Amino acid sequence: MRKLLFYLIIITAGIVFITRLFYLQIYNTSFASLSEDNAIKVIYDYPQRGAIYDRNGKLLVTNQPSYDVMVIPRELKPFDTLEFCSILNISKDKLKKSLKKARIYSPRVPSIVIPQLTKNEYAYLQEKMRKFEGFYIQKRSLRDYQTTGAANVLGYIGEVNDALIQKDPYYISGDLIGIDGVEKEYENQLRGIKGVKRIQKDRFNRDIGPYKEGKFDTLPVNGKDLTLTLDAKLQAYGQKLMQNKRGGIVALEPSTGEILALVTAPTYKPELLVGRKRSPNFTKLYYDTIAKPLYDRGLQGEYPPGSPFKTVNALIGLQENVIDTKEGISCRMGYYYGKNGRKLGCHSHRSPLNMIPGIANSCNAYFAAVYRRIIEKYETPQKGIEKWRKHVESFGLGNYLGYDLPTGKKGKVPSAETYNRMYKYPTYKWYATATLSNAIGQGEVLATPIQLANMTAAIANRGHYYTPHIIKAIDSQPIENENYTIPKVTTINKEHFEPVVEGMYQVYTQGTASSLQVKGIEICGKTGTAENFTKINGIRTQLTDHSVFVAFAPKDNPKIAIAVFIENGYWGSRYAGKIASLMIEQHLRGSISRTDLEDWLLTHSLEEEYVKPYSGEPFKINY
Amino acid sequence: MAKSSVAAIDWITILLFILLVGFGWGNIYSASYQNEVFSLTNFSLVYIKQGYWILFSIILIIITQAIEVKFYERFAGLIYVISLLSLLGLFVFGKNINGATSWYAFGPIGLQPSEFAKACTALALAKYLSDMQTNIKLLGHQVRAFLIIVIPAIIIIPQPDPGSALVYAAFFFPLYREGLAAIYLIVGASAAVLFILTLLFDPLWVVLAIAVFMFLILIKNRKQKPKYSRYILTIIVVTAFCFSVNYIFNNVFEQRHRDRFNIVLGKEIDTKGIGYNTNQSEIAIGSGGWTGKGWKEGTQTKGGFVPEQHTDYIFSTVGEEWGFLGASLIIILFMLLLIRLIHLAERQKSQFSRVYGYSVIGILFIHFAINIGMVTGLMPTIGIPLPFFSYGGSGLWGFTVLLFIFIKLDANRVNEW
Repeated sequence: MRKLLFYLIIITAGIVFITRLFYLQIYNTSFASLSEDNAIKVIYDYPQRGAIYDRNGKLLVTNQPSYDVMVIPRELKPFDTLEFCSILNISKDKLKKSLKKARIYSPRVPSIVIPQLTKNEYAYLQEKMRKFEGFYIQKRSLRDYQTTGAANVLGYIGEVNDALIQKDPYYISGDLIGIDGVEKEYENQLRGIKGVKRIQKDRFNRDIGPYKEGKFDTLPVNGKDLTLTLDAKLQAYGQKLMQNKRGGIVALEPSTGEILALVTAPTYKPELLVGRKRSPNFTKLYYDTIAKPLYDRGLQGEYPPGSPFKTVNALIGLQENVIDTKEGISCRMGYYYGKNGRKLGCHSHRSPLNMIPGIANSCNAYFAAVYRRIIEKYETPQKGIEKWRKHVESFGLGNYLGYDLPTGKKGKVPSAETYNRMYKYPTYKWYATATLSNAIGQGEVLATPIQLANMTAAIANRGHYYTPHIIKAIDSQPIENENYTIPKVTTINKEHFEPVVEGMYQVYTQGTASSLQVKGIEICGKTGTAENFTKINGIRTQLTDHSVFVAFAPKDNPKIAIAVFIENGYWGSRYAGKIASLMIEQHLRGSISRTDLEDWLLTHSLEEEYVKPYSGEPFKINY
Repeated sequence: MAKSSVAAIDWITILLFILLVGFGWGNIYSASYQNEVFSLTNFSLVYIKQGYWILFSIILIIITQAIEVKFYERFAGLIYVISLLSLLGLFVFGKNINGATSWYAFGPIGLQPSEFAKACTALALAKYLSDMQTNIKLLGHQVRAFLIIVIPAIIIIPQPDPGSALVYAAFFFPLYREGLAAIYLIVGASAAVLFILTLLFDPLWVVLAIAVFMFLILIKNRKQKPKYSRYILTIIVVTAFCFSVNYIFNNVFEQRHRDRFNIVLGKEIDTKGIGYNTNQSEIAIGSGGWTGKGWKEGTQTKGGFVPEQHTDYIFSTVGEEWGFLGASLIIILFMLLLIRLIHLAERQKSQFSRVYGYSVIGILFIHFAINIGMVTGLMPTIGIPLPFFSYGGSGLWGFTVLLFIFIKLDANRVNEW
């Protein structure tokens, strides 16, 4: 049956071909992308990045046009490098380097050669562009700042890095992306969507019209405008008060969790990080490791909270029913404990004190006793600490708050495990008194200023807080994010807050901040003086105390909760209290009546204090 | 008599023919149009011209059907001689297009006699083999049949058109069907395998491997008193063949021929130079995916990246625009056509018709296999058209005449006794 051979040959050939087709068309996908490469040119149309407004509609950030010189390496023709370099005012070496980099990135995808030309440079180059085949100019928009403040909140934009290009196919080399602050957090809303034009090319690389009659082309979609919760005026005022000081101010609106001001000092002007000058300026800011202007102290600074933390201990004491508001506790310049009569010192005030004057006078002995009772209420100190920690954490301390800014720190609330490790349990045992510094906000407790502000807001609200946030509206649509609209409830019953609030009120009326009253505004606050240490040449050295202050006002129906933290500002009312009181007046009244106080702050500098540890000389603290 | 033969026409074959020609035209259109105004009188447009070629081929079909079967049989020799003369005439009157003197120019129309010579040779071979006195088992008759086949090929090679000459290998199909000894097949296949092995590896290694292989067979068969002389002879022949292939390849072939082989064998990768055609063709086909980019939507096709796309490389358009499904469908259509033709050939009562039928099968198959093999990068670049598909008047007419003579012969089987 010879004819079988013919069937065999034909069917074999058919199967071989279909298999080959399967390999080419289905299995091996590289051919499809090779086709994209040589037949279609993609051109992007960049949309306007969204503008940013403050809560009162003041424009903070808008756009200015900028022009990038792009290159498609494989389309380069020999050109007059000398002329090119002199037009753009760059060195031949730099040009060579960027062309080489572009070629390595991709010979066919556009790469940036010179980013962000000014209008004048662009106008001059535009005329000569036809001489330089393979180069073209890509218009983009750069940020234009209408404010000199809030750089830490707004963040900045810059060229997207290679790692991200690999990860997110939306971005190509030279694209601008939000790198910090709101620009980063709301990148997807602000950036809009690039428009895409696909051009069909022939084998000579000539354009022969839109690909598929433009069926896949898209128009750019402009970015969305953001309205922030920030009050630009308050923010600017805060920054003004913070001059020559280091630290942070965080002001919240207790009824919503909106961030009214988020000041860090020292800071920088946002316009420093725009365009071609971004890189050198950034480097300068980045390498200032002493003042750390890029470090947002309001969000990232972890400090011992000091006395303001006593309010939380008072609340926990009431909730755990280990103290009532009437019981007085005596203080003999401190709290004595242990076999050897160890002492937690206190300052001079009348004694004994019950809760409200205890808060007003910031009595260490009172809170040491309350704290000890809380821990010792349970059969082991471990259980006591854990119970106490649960309460503390319900105020948003010891963990990320969940606000919509890309930086932050957790702070620290010690757990039983912390002390077990510290004291090598079970080899050695430890007791409530070993953790006694927690009573006065020293020791193992750390909090960021925004956490303290949030804690204050929770007290102002008598038991709940809203997650702090910076976004108010996107394209005039108020945000509807449950994370920001549903209150987080503390573990303390509502009725326990009134005595603590009263105590904080008396801080102003007769206590540690009595000199900082504002007529007609009922302010509740709490001073703090936080001991702190640094390492100088490996030796733990104590520095001048941090000046801490938390406050809210008015007492009823509070409009603002604020935390102020001044590094090495000494006692609470010395710097922080003054700033807090001025900020509150500014926010509630819109103007300042106590100009003497304001002048004092503007003229007093802490720079001397900050230089001390680096001087190499022995120095004195707290004077 | 004529009435009955019309009724016996094999409409399945005709349907397959129409599908291939129609689909072919659609792809030629896609591969060559450039947003110009569609005008039936614009003869500079490739697809318009192909349209007229197709229309004219209908006339050819009618003519082939109108002619008596006896005519083909009786005048086969004369037709063959005329076709040889027309091939020879090219050396005097031929027009050089694309480096090959394969055309007669009649004003704007070029005719390529080699496209018709295949059908003529098929008729002559059928006539010779169906002669009562011919016995294909005899060496002398084998030589004569061989001459009938090889003479036109020899005339075509120096035009130069080695691709068209290679097509004459197709006549192995009828020869084998009519009883040519299987040893020719075995020797031929072995030669092909050895040829490729020699190009891929050093000939010394190939010979060594064959020798070891033969030795193993010898050991296996040692109890049946093997004839050692045969084994030794085989090894000598293989050695001679391998080294001569190596010599011919390196010294007789021109560089461009070597390049073509080397690229298919994967010995050289050069996407912008010699292998450009094949590479672009693979890219076009590969970018088609499952269902392709759609008719007239092929980016590679539109960009004109594949050279000769409307002629020899037309299948790359199919691959790009119709995807794996469309391209496979074309393969299957060709397979169906070929299988149908085997069926038709086998039912012939006259040897003349059967030999002619197998010649048609062989010619179509070799065109199909070499063309698709080339376009998909499985074979070296050998420029021959895809039957019914590729652009070209002579090609289309040649294949149409070739096929429809057989359809006529087949339809007439009812009148054979």
